[in-house]
Amino acid sequence: MQQTAQETNTDFEVRSLDTVCLNESQLVHPAWYNIKYLIAGVLFGIILVKAQVISWFRIQEMFRLQSFHMYGVIGSAVVTGMIAVYIIKKTGVKTIHGEKVDLHPKPFSKGQIYGGLIFGFGWALTGACPGPLFALIGSGATVILVSLFSAVAGTWVYGLLRPKLPH
Amino acid sequence: MVKWIMEPWPWYVSGPLIGLMVPLLLLLGNKTFGISSSLRHICAACFPVGISFFNYNWRKEIWNLVFVAGVAAGAWIAVQFLSSGAPVQVSPKLVQELSGYGINDYSSQTPKDLFNWTTLLSLKGFVLMVVGGFCVGFGTRYAGGCTSGHSIMGLSNLQWPSLVATICFMAGGFIVANLVLPFILKL
Repeated sequence: MQQTAQETNTDFEVRSLDTVCLNESQLVHPAWYNIKYLIAGVLFGIILVKAQVISWFRIQEMFRLQSFHMYGVIGSAVVTGMIAVYIIKKTGVKTIHGEKVDLHPKPFSKGQIYGGLIFGFGWALTGACPGPLFALIGSGATVILVSLFSAVAGTWVYGLLRPKLPH
Repeated sequence: MVKWIMEPWPWYVSGPLIGLMVPLLLLLGNKTFGISSSLRHICAACFPVGISFFNYNWRKEIWNLVFVAGVAAGAWIAVQFLSSGAPVQVSPKLVQELSGYGINDYSSQTPKDLFNWTTLLSLKGFVLMVVGGFCVGFGTRYAGGCTSGHSIMGLSNLQWPSLVATICFMAGGFIVANLVLPFILKL
């Protein structure tokens, strides 16, 4: 019964399911252009380590309200991002390839509640959200590779059960 | 300046830098910031096995896999070249609580007493690393994003569903850290 729905879905519709993070660009570039994102990732990885956002200790402090640090990091990141997005929308500034920046609203789903809680459980246990999982492995905590594999498995099981879950 | 870079960065420096990832990715190529999607692309690339949720052209999102590879590389650079090696400074209350569970090593950002290849084989290590990781992967995808996608990108774009998701992330974390974790650490 899934088959008919699947056939009418465009690739973009499937790709944009259950995600905020998306490639909105219509342009096609040679593969080496991706080096931009490698550099951006390196910067993000350095910041995550230097901010101590990848620290299990810092996450425990946050959930016990014992320190302002994590709230300061997330809060100031959001305010900076809001101002940046506002400026981009207001000025209509284009990407470096001259494309219009696309920002689409994301619909509400019950998954944001159920999934959000489940992710919160995992965040308190591992002390890591997905970004820090990658950063921790790079930082030398090789055992976190197991957590990453487990997270991939969790995502896969979600994909398998998705039609049966409330949304 | 060099000394300052080697120290942990205060929130008012690191937070805005994280926020700047949002316009950086938008302007580099119309990409919305997020990390957890990479886990889905790995599934789509490696084991889609006919599941429609993984049946899409993941090559369109290969930038995200390159980005997370960069995150790991960046973390390596930061630890090797940009760190003083000083122990993580946390609240004395937390230090006191954790010492009750035999956790006293603050030399790395993950507690070495808990997260290592030996503890992985214990029930405690299994719950923390494997069950925890599974919840992160399942939960972020069910929620449609993680702290990057919802809490940073979604909130920056004033999306109220992202606020709902962020509140639930925090609620889930508060519940487990305060009510469940003490039992797990006693295992």
